[in-house]
Amino acid sequence: MAEPRPVLEMTGIVKEFPGVRALSDVDFRLFPGEIHALMGENGAGKSTLIKVLTGVYSLDGGTITLDGKSVLFGSPLQAQQAGISTVYQEVNLCPNLSVAENIFIGREPTRMGRIQWKRMRKEAAELVDRLGLDIDVTAPLSSYPLAVQQLVAIVRSVGTGDSDGQGSGTKVLVLDEPTSSLDRDEVQELFRLMRRLKDEGVAILFVSHFLDQIYEICDRMTVLRNGTLVGEHMVADLDQVGLIQLMIGKALDQLEELHDQQLHSDVGETLLKAEGLGRAGGIDPFDLEIKKGEVLGLAGLLGSGRTELARLLFGADQPDSGKVTIGGKQVSMSAPNAAIGAGVAFCSENRKTEGLVPDLTVRENIILALQASRGWTRPIPVAQRDELVAKYIKALDIRPANPEARVGQLSGGNQQKVLLARWLITQPKLLILDEPTRGIDVGAKAEIQKLVVSLSEEGMSVLYIAAELEEVLRLSHTIGVLRDRRLVAQLANGPEITSSRIMETIASGEHQ
Amino acid sequence: MSTNSRWRALTHHHLFWPVAVLVFLLLVNLPFTPDFFSVKMTDGHLYGSLVSIVLFGSPLILVAVGMTVVIATGGIDLSVGAVVAITGALACSYISHQADQNALSGVLLAMGLGLLAAVVCGLWNGFLVARMGIQPIIATLIIMVAGRGVAQLITDGQIITIDSDPYKLIGGGYWLTLPFSIFVVAVVVAVTVALTRRTALGLLIEAVGGNAEASRLVGIRSRRIKIMVYVFCAVCAAIAGLMISSNTSAADGNNAGLWIELDAILAVVIGGTSLLGGRFSIGGTVVGALVIQTLTTTIYTIGVPTQTTLVFKAVVVIVVCLLQSPKFRAKVFGAKLGARFGAKGGAKPAAAGTDTAAATDAAPKMEVS
Repeated sequence: MAEPRPVLEMTGIVKEFPGVRALSDVDFRLFPGEIHALMGENGAGKSTLIKVLTGVYSLDGGTITLDGKSVLFGSPLQAQQAGISTVYQEVNLCPNLSVAENIFIGREPTRMGRIQWKRMRKEAAELVDRLGLDIDVTAPLSSYPLAVQQLVAIVRSVGTGDSDGQGSGTKVLVLDEPTSSLDRDEVQELFRLMRRLKDEGVAILFVSHFLDQIYEICDRMTVLRNGTLVGEHMVADLDQVGLIQLMIGKALDQLEELHDQQLHSDVGETLLKAEGLGRAGGIDPFDLEIKKGEVLGLAGLLGSGRTELARLLFGADQPDSGKVTIGGKQVSMSAPNAAIGAGVAFCSENRKTEGLVPDLTVRENIILALQASRGWTRPIPVAQRDELVAKYIKALDIRPANPEARVGQLSGGNQQKVLLARWLITQPKLLILDEPTRGIDVGAKAEIQKLVVSLSEEGMSVLYIAAELEEVLRLSHTIGVLRDRRLVAQLANGPEITSSRIMETIASGEHQ
Repeated sequence: MSTNSRWRALTHHHLFWPVAVLVFLLLVNLPFTPDFFSVKMTDGHLYGSLVSIVLFGSPLILVAVGMTVVIATGGIDLSVGAVVAITGALACSYISHQADQNALSGVLLAMGLGLLAAVVCGLWNGFLVARMGIQPIIATLIIMVAGRGVAQLITDGQIITIDSDPYKLIGGGYWLTLPFSIFVVAVVVAVTVALTRRTALGLLIEAVGGNAEASRLVGIRSRRIKIMVYVFCAVCAAIAGLMISSNTSAADGNNAGLWIELDAILAVVIGGTSLLGGRFSIGGTVVGALVIQTLTTTIYTIGVPTQTTLVFKAVVVIVVCLLQSPKFRAKVFGAKLGARFGAKGGAKPAAAGTDTAAATDAAPKMEVS
């Protein structure tokens, strides 16, 4: 089959930062009407390549050809005008404005300096309609869930240069991890839009950490490792195991061993007991027991109450019924301090908003929880502090291994490790991990899962929440199943428990 | 190469630009007042422009230091000027009612009263901000407006003058040849630095200002910390209030500390603390306050007409703020210099001969794995 001419060709791309060669001699091409995955671990150069393409970074070498013409973008705006639109993980829109205003912000149709509101609404509605979405363009953006906001962001970027309403001006659409905070149905909605755009001939560059999604939606993929090109493959020609090997450069079968190891390890006596604990609008009252050294996994769809359950056990939200006893003593869950005092630690799923203090250094972020529990009058002695921080940076392999680095500048996986270090340093009895592997690369994912197993062996209890059922199955001794804000079942893990069994439990929603 | 890197380390220091501006402003005075830098000994006291700048700048330094920790938590305190007025009014009216205005016990009690009033104001501000969740700018606006009324009430709308030698010492007296105020300021600054950097208070304040929700979830009692900083800020303002009323031996409920909150905020910003909260620098704030005081002095020395002093001041402030902006420096001084004088934003100088874009972009965020 003769290949058509690529709409975008990047050849010999080189990008250097002081002391680091972020990209060396990378080739990348994109054909019209295809969805192309850019794969690689964090730090492999995916983001850098996208930023070079979209004009955020300048080029240190190589050429970019768009539609047969050599181009060089000095700014994201120039790239956009040339037909390359980008949608990032975080939605960069104004929630207080209407959907139509968001779609047309900065390029509102005007007549003699006056905005033509009617025309704007009409065109927005047409655009939304053409893309097969059911959105009321006059409603404020904030009235829609995050997933729809993401769709609006895509509609907005596709609509760029499309003021006459005829055909899309966008030739290339870059989607940088658009799915990381969407649930299954929402992802399908996004995929429907992507297929629609693909049929219209738009070339889509797609970045996601979810391999299943890549295999579902993509036609072709380019794999990067350490800033170099590993290869370009048709998705159909490369299976997941092969892909992971390409990404991390070594075989990854240790994870399977984890499962067996975990199933055979023992748990001790009861550590935490919740009776009738609940919060209106969060989660229905539930009973739960976590034993010493036990990993309790929570399975359920997004919005089923997984996070809400965890937050109650930490006092992040106040329960309005029930009680919690930890180690035989009742703990008032009125504020996180009480739970922390009783030996509970909580890594939130929202690293940026609820975890890190981006302006502070790695060291300061790591010691924060320990320091908070000591109070401000008793600072951790400098020598002890530096030793602890160095120990955990090494143990968790945080990179760069520089305690003075600002944590906001680390990659997602390393930020997650900093948060883990922050809590491990307090030597908690129960560690609550809410989606600790979201948005981080395969290698770091495996490291974190291994860590959970070894912590459990050392006697630490872990409450583990993950969207990927396989992860929960692999690590947990017991699996709590949630549905519609209710804890519907607690299953002891064993050979007979499979993801399909859990899915059935979620679907049937009955107590076992 | 090594001098080069030393120079770079110097220009990257967070105090470099504030200090550079301060030195520049001081030098501007030289052509107008040739003996600007000379310090003379008269009657056992040191006199000179430099001493005066620190002396007259003392209240501003105090207020600005308090303001710094409030701003570091992501707040702001507009009520400091009113607190200055209330404290002065309370202390002076108490002393004026004493039979013997020179009695030490009476003066100490007067000061105690003033400080107590400030603690109450600070608790009120902290309560509104931390407990009631009112935006700091609104919460502190209440005392900013009402506080002047309270001060007027205390003084009966009059300017109370007193004649008390012990009280005069705080703002107008001398000790070891230097104005006593300078020692007060030195002690307050030293105590603040020790409180925030020798204990973990500074870290916790910066965490609360940097990410309030994350701080709550690591168990920091952020409400308590917020109340503490507002009380601390009010106490600093109170000491400034005592100083100002002591210097003039009078309490003027209307004009004491008028607009000092704005100068204090300016000093904090010049010192490099972000109004968004997070990282703060007490040293930077002290330099910032000195810059503002030097500016005021300079305006008088070079004879700017009084009608236009505010305009002149505004222009200098704009220049200082622009100089602090990495983007502005890169644009004006060109890419090469911009890179060399590189930014707080974290832009490391690119290797010689690289393109401008890398240098102009304040902080090329790089994914480091």
